[in-house]
Amino acid sequence: MLNIEIDGKVVEVEHGSTIIDAADQLGIAIPRFCYHKKLSVAANCRMCLVQVEKFNKPLPACATPVADGMKIFTRSKAAVEAQQSVMEFLLINHPLDCPICDQGGECDLQDIAMAYGAPASRYTEEKRVVINKNIGPLVATDMTRCIQCTRCVRFLKEVGGMMELGLINRGEHAEITAYVDKSVDSELSGNIIDLCPVGALTSKPFRYTARSWELVRRPSIAPHDGLGSQIEVHIKDGKVLRVLPREKETINECWLSDRDRFSYEGLNSPDRLKVPMIKHHGEWHETDWKTALEFAGGHLKEIVGTHGSDELGVLISPNSTMEEAHLATKFAHGLGSDNVDYRLRHTDFRHDGKRLGVIWMGCNIPDVQEMDRILVIGSNLRNEHPLLAQRIRRAVANGAELSVVNPLDDDPLIPIKHKAICSPNDMVNVLSQILKAVSGMERLSLCLPKSLSDLLEGVRVWDNSQAIALSLTGHGETMDLISPRSAVFLGNISQHHPRYTEIFSLAEAISSLCGATFGVLSAGANSVGANLVGAMPKAGGLNARTMLESPRKAYVLVNVEPELDCHNAALAKQAIEQAECVVALTAYKSEALEDATVLLPITPFTETSGTFMSMEGRVQSFTAVTKPLGEARPGWKVLRVLGNVAGLHGFEFDSSEEVKDEIFGGEKPSAVVWRTLNNNLRELIDVEIKVKLDSDLQRVGEIPQFQSDAIVRRSPPLQKTKQVTKAVLAGIHPEQLTKLGINEGEKILVKQGTGSAILEAKADIHVPHGCVRIPGAIAATASLGDLLGEIYIERIPATAPQEEVSA
Amino acid sequence: MSLSAESLAKIERELAKYPPEHRQAAVMSALRIAQTEKGWLSKDTIAEVADYLRIPAIAALEVATFYNMYELEPVGKYKITVCTNISCMLRDSEEIVDHLEKKLGIGFNETTADGRFTLKEGECMGCCGGAPLFHINNTDMHEYLTPEKVDKILEGLDK
Repeated sequence: MLNIEIDGKVVEVEHGSTIIDAADQLGIAIPRFCYHKKLSVAANCRMCLVQVEKFNKPLPACATPVADGMKIFTRSKAAVEAQQSVMEFLLINHPLDCPICDQGGECDLQDIAMAYGAPASRYTEEKRVVINKNIGPLVATDMTRCIQCTRCVRFLKEVGGMMELGLINRGEHAEITAYVDKSVDSELSGNIIDLCPVGALTSKPFRYTARSWELVRRPSIAPHDGLGSQIEVHIKDGKVLRVLPREKETINECWLSDRDRFSYEGLNSPDRLKVPMIKHHGEWHETDWKTALEFAGGHLKEIVGTHGSDELGVLISPNSTMEEAHLATKFAHGLGSDNVDYRLRHTDFRHDGKRLGVIWMGCNIPDVQEMDRILVIGSNLRNEHPLLAQRIRRAVANGAELSVVNPLDDDPLIPIKHKAICSPNDMVNVLSQILKAVSGMERLSLCLPKSLSDLLEGVRVWDNSQAIALSLTGHGETMDLISPRSAVFLGNISQHHPRYTEIFSLAEAISSLCGATFGVLSAGANSVGANLVGAMPKAGGLNARTMLESPRKAYVLVNVEPELDCHNAALAKQAIEQAECVVALTAYKSEALEDATVLLPITPFTETSGTFMSMEGRVQSFTAVTKPLGEARPGWKVLRVLGNVAGLHGFEFDSSEEVKDEIFGGEKPSAVVWRTLNNNLRELIDVEIKVKLDSDLQRVGEIPQFQSDAIVRRSPPLQKTKQVTKAVLAGIHPEQLTKLGINEGEKILVKQGTGSAILEAKADIHVPHGCVRIPGAIAATASLGDLLGEIYIERIPATAPQEEVSA
Repeated sequence: MSLSAESLAKIERELAKYPPEHRQAAVMSALRIAQTEKGWLSKDTIAEVADYLRIPAIAALEVATFYNMYELEPVGKYKITVCTNISCMLRDSEEIVDHLEKKLGIGFNETTADGRFTLKEGECMGCCGGAPLFHINNTDMHEYLTPEKVDKILEGLDK
């Protein structure tokens, strides 16, 4: 430790820290533009100049390491003069028109100029103008305002993993730009808006809608992925105008993914359902709550009464709150039905009844960046968990080795040490190879049970599986780690896999053999929470798959758009179509709910109180940040009254807190969570290595980032991004295309189960042979079946072009 | 369109000088080699060099725009860069510039109609002892210039 003195205050700081760290620790403000605690030090704005004793010129506080006994003055005459001069230089080319700038009122440059600058400008010459850039639908640019701090450049390079912006030219011609006309496509791009200390990069959707001082700021929790990022919702006149991150080092640090940042635009969508609606003779009629609830409750009760309680199925979105999931489950149980499930995009439930606890990610979020070895199985990381991918990126930058087993070779913008890219069906095979390789390592003496070792007998270990096993157990190219901190994670593709149970068992076996953390990176904001409240069949009830396979007479849907949120879109559509009564609690009118019987308008996360449990088991409650739109009501209230109307007991809640108390039995949530999180299976599950499929082709149906749930799907700025507009609908490896005799860009007929779709074939080198990338959760593929499964492709016979016929 | 095998071989030679994980280190040499082949660096050429080095195109563009000896617009067959900094100025570089401008009929940053010559204003080249001076195509330096000497150098160019 070193003792230094800043402005007369003595402080003890660590070796290697900089003056600005020490000052921040003491709470002494040093002005800065380019310095950011999460980014590398550039020291190019020079705003943080301070005077240091025994140095005859001012030093940049951000780039000067402290030395023992150093005396630093941040407000001495020399320091103030230096700061004023730098400020004058910075303002030479910066427009002095704050009133027309969107950053006005929350601008670092404005604030620091007020505090450290000169009262008036002496500059009368012409200012330079920089041509504006269009870098996509999320970030607006006003490049003349840029002061070249390069925070955005460093962020995209260091945190985003891809240098999409750069500083070209030099001196007074320097400017920030993307390469020629490229856009910034990072899934974390919105953070450069927060980072920009001036009005050069601002939020395109929010631009010119409000001043920062007009906004009311309320805390909430991001509702799209399992991370549980803490957000601050900014509201004006009862309307959500933007979402910013709240700083939480152990979850989202100071970042936010674009999905969490820009999804709010979907909250104000014209699709929002404002009043309850009942379908009568095929026509939708608006109605009042009383009628709607009595109709829904009565209808459900009647069906249960006449056809048996087994005819009721309840589907809950994994993005619903714990309270909603709990009450929906309780409602089903109250009516005597065990057909409840939140795992809408899962299709393999063989592990039901064999799990020992609630499935979670196996460690805390910050642990990820401390890992030495990480194996990710079946995940498009950037797509599914953008900010977790960022932590893994950092782990790898610090020397960790990342291995992946995946049916898609998409670039996670992280250097991958070993990879096994294979068809979904082969993933099981690859994992058993890794298991065999791991169990064969000398240092690992744990014996496998006979059933497993027999199974592995005939497995031949490929080179890359061997390499993954070596890496996972700590062997390295230059140095072996004796006891590496390692982790095995299952991503969304694994969870949606028709052989999830086998993947799960093998991954569990691999990680227990090599002492790795084993976890599941769950898809929804509350998957773990819904698991904890027990929103799944308990005693032989039907699960999310069987409920649709053997159609029920009545369904209750909580936040579900069946064709878009379920594993098998066609199956979901058929089941809902044939049902006598479908009660949909939804925030949106939707084509997917056209076949429902009653639509009950419930509120999205901003208009309800509730609780999400993140994939690391963190229970986070939030309150409503705005009033409900129209007559929409919080989901928990609607379910409560529905319970009352149906005459069920135990639905006398006055607040969501009371529901939460019931969930946790009045205990501290953390105590319950600690007891229940457990990724172990009661018994090992039989694994079949070689499964022969009928079709030569398998579908890899990932869920695109900006289609994952109903709110995101309705956010116009996210829907305008390249990820959506340039999405590949049928991606096939170029060699496979040639083999099939299909030309790039040709329309092909894709058949799956009873459904089919006409999609445009694209050459996609990231898809392995024998596979077709066809995303789910979009209208174009809603007629198809399983996300991962066999698929058939046909060329569409060439006919005379339409134009000629009409001519 | 794309770089020749010889140029790529030269780039490989440069890459061999650095650890394999630091391919970016060869960016300046690679851009120079590409410019020598193509005469100038188009956006496509820069992107190609970046792809070859497996770095983002923008990172190569940053370098290409930072140094003034990289040409981002087409130049003539002979690019003459005359130093006009203080030492050369005191030794009458203005006379050299006037002479070149009159002789070639072009000003700074212009190219003759036949595409043979481009005239550029250069900064100090670190050889003030030989002022006034210019270099041709970045590599061929000529010192102690007089109008007569300039004529002779230009005449000797295509030989």
